[in-house]
Amino acid sequence: MPAVTRFFIKTSLLYLIATLLTGILLAANYLWELGGILRGVTPLYFHLFMVGWVTQLIFGVVFWMFPRHTPDKPRGSERLGWLTYGLLNAGLLLRVVGEPLLAHQQPGTEWGWLLVVSAVLQWGAGLCFFANTWPRVKPGPRHRRRKA
Amino acid sequence: MPLLSRLYVRTALIHLLVGFTLGALLLSHKGVFIDAWLWRLRPVHIELLLVGWTLQLAMGVAFWILPRWWQPPKRGNVIGAWLAFFLINLGIWLVIVGMWTAVAPLILAGRVLEATAVVTFAHHAWQRVVGRDG
Repeated sequence: MPAVTRFFIKTSLLYLIATLLTGILLAANYLWELGGILRGVTPLYFHLFMVGWVTQLIFGVVFWMFPRHTPDKPRGSERLGWLTYGLLNAGLLLRVVGEPLLAHQQPGTEWGWLLVVSAVLQWGAGLCFFANTWPRVKPGPRHRRRKA
Repeated sequence: MPLLSRLYVRTALIHLLVGFTLGALLLSHKGVFIDAWLWRLRPVHIELLLVGWTLQLAMGVAFWILPRWWQPPKRGNVIGAWLAFFLINLGIWLVIVGMWTAVAPLILAGRVLEATAVVTFAHHAWQRVVGRDG
């Protein structure tokens, strides 16, 4: 398993734990009304799960298991793999900080711009993943032999 | 990777790219107000990423890696899996158009197609969920 995949998978597990802890907090909030601190956390809960856990796990496993790009670069660009990892996590962490803080302010303040940066970083991660994965969606050696 | 898996995975990747782009727009709009109509993209963003990306990728990879039979046809009867590819994509786009135009029957028709796709895919995959002895 390549290093970047190990980072993707281990980080996705941490996000899964964070998601479930956030779920506990949100459930507790229904019972004891923990106050405004949890405002803006519900969308975060879904994105910790879908981006932090599901998407990140998929990205890591795809980088590892998809058909080889070329014999000398079996996984395509390692650099794009790392860039995807860095952009996705930097973007998601900025959202984790920015979204609850913005819930107490109006859009357009400095915390609002934090969300814009977060959006651009995560979008960049999607783009890098797409660019590295697309060429690897191809017939394996067995299918190529059969065709020949 | 067989042709059908390549179709599933490439279509899933396109949905990922469009879904991420809409998500980035929505998150930016949350931070700095852009235009109120952008919120109408939210259900489209969810549909593209949940069904168009995650589910479709899982189906494509499952078709590729589930156990194959010792004798041809190695992947058994593949009609259900092919049918599922067309049904799910037609379903996704009916749901999206229905949500965008607020036409409930279109959303319903899309959901029915998506559910039918999953049933036909499950019918194909069922025969391949076997041990080494078949």
